[in-house]
Amino acid sequence: MLDALTLILCCQLAGELLVTATGLPIPGPVGGMALLFAGLVIRGGLPGDLATVADALLGNLSLLFVPAGVGVMLHLGLLEAEIVPISVALIVSTLITIAVTALMMQWFNQRGSETGDTEGGR
Amino acid sequence: MISGNLSEIWVYLSASPLLHLTLTLVAYQAGIWVYRRGGLNPLLNPVLLAVCVLVGALTLTGTSYSTYFGGAQFVHFLLGPATVALAIPLFRQFDRVKRSALAILTSVITGSLTASISAFALVKLLGGSAVTALSIAPKSVTAPVAMGISEQLGGLPSLTAVLVILTGILGAMLGPPLMTLLGIKDWSARGLAIGTASHGIGTARALQVNEVAGAFAGLAMGLNALATAILLPLLWRLMH
Repeated sequence: MLDALTLILCCQLAGELLVTATGLPIPGPVGGMALLFAGLVIRGGLPGDLATVADALLGNLSLLFVPAGVGVMLHLGLLEAEIVPISVALIVSTLITIAVTALMMQWFNQRGSETGDTEGGR
Repeated sequence: MISGNLSEIWVYLSASPLLHLTLTLVAYQAGIWVYRRGGLNPLLNPVLLAVCVLVGALTLTGTSYSTYFGGAQFVHFLLGPATVALAIPLFRQFDRVKRSALAILTSVITGSLTASISAFALVKLLGGSAVTALSIAPKSVTAPVAMGISEQLGGLPSLTAVLVILTGILGAMLGPPLMTLLGIKDWSARGLAIGTASHGIGTARALQVNEVAGAFAGLAMGLNALATAILLPLLWRLMH
C-alpha cells in the first residue's frame, strides 16, 4: 500500500523534473502519468498494490476538484458582468466539442470494425 | 456565557485546517448521496452540488477563500497523484488504445481545435471582452496547463481556472445525455469525447460509469492538454 503510494509520488516528482528539464508544455503530473505508463509497459504487468491505490484515488477523483471549484467565489463579479457571452460560450462550445469528438471517434471505430468483419468473413 | 464559549470555539476552529477540510468532505459526501439517490443522473453532479453548498456556507460566515483553502489544500494536493494514477486504467486498456491510435489522435486534435475556436468566437460574437475571450479559449484543458496557455495568450489565468472547472462540470452534466441523443453507444468514443471536452471532471464521471470510458477519457485529457498547448499559441500567432 505504502510502496505503491511512494511509487506514484516518485513518478509525479520525476514528471515535474522531466517537464522542467525539457520545457514540454504539459503539467508535471501528466508527465508522471506518462512515465508510470511507460514503466508498466516495460515491466509488462500491473502490481496488485498499485492497482488498489490507483483505484482508491480515481474512485474519488471528482472530490479533488471541489477546492478549486469553490474558487468561483473569487470571480463572481466578473462572471456576472459578462454572464451572457460566458455562459453561452461555455455551454455551446462544450456541447459542440463533445459531439464532434464522439461522432468522429465512433465513425473511425465503425469503419474499422466493418473492414475487420469483411476481412474476417472472406 | 454559552455564546461566549461558542464564539471562542468558532475562532479556534475557523483558524485550523480541520474545519474546512472536514466541511469539504461532508459537502462532497452530501453531493454524492444526492447523486446516488438520483440514480447517477449526470445533472446532479456532485462537484457542482458540493461547490454550491460550500460557496453558500463561506459567504454566510464571511470566510475568505484563502482561509477555506488553508484546509481544503490537502484534498487539492491529491489531484497530482490522481493524475499520475490515470496510467493504470490506460495500461489496462492498452491493447484497445494501440489498435485505434490514429482515430484517437485525429479525434482529440479535432476536438481540441473545436473547443478553443468555438469558445473564443462565441465570446467575441456575443460582445464579451477580449480578455474573457482569451481566458476562455483553453477552457477544455486541464487547469494547470490551461492557466499557462491563458497567460501566454494574454488572458487572466485565475479566471481561466474558474472557466475550466465550470466547463468540466457542464461537460460531465450535459455530455452523457447529448451523446445518448446522438446515438453514441461506443464506450471508447463516449470516454474520449468527455475527456477531450471536460478534462478531469469529465474523466471522473466516465470512471464512475465504465472502465473503458474512464481509460479513454484520461488519455484524451492528457493528449488534449498537449495538443492545445502546442496548437493554440501557434494559431494565435498566425492570426496576428
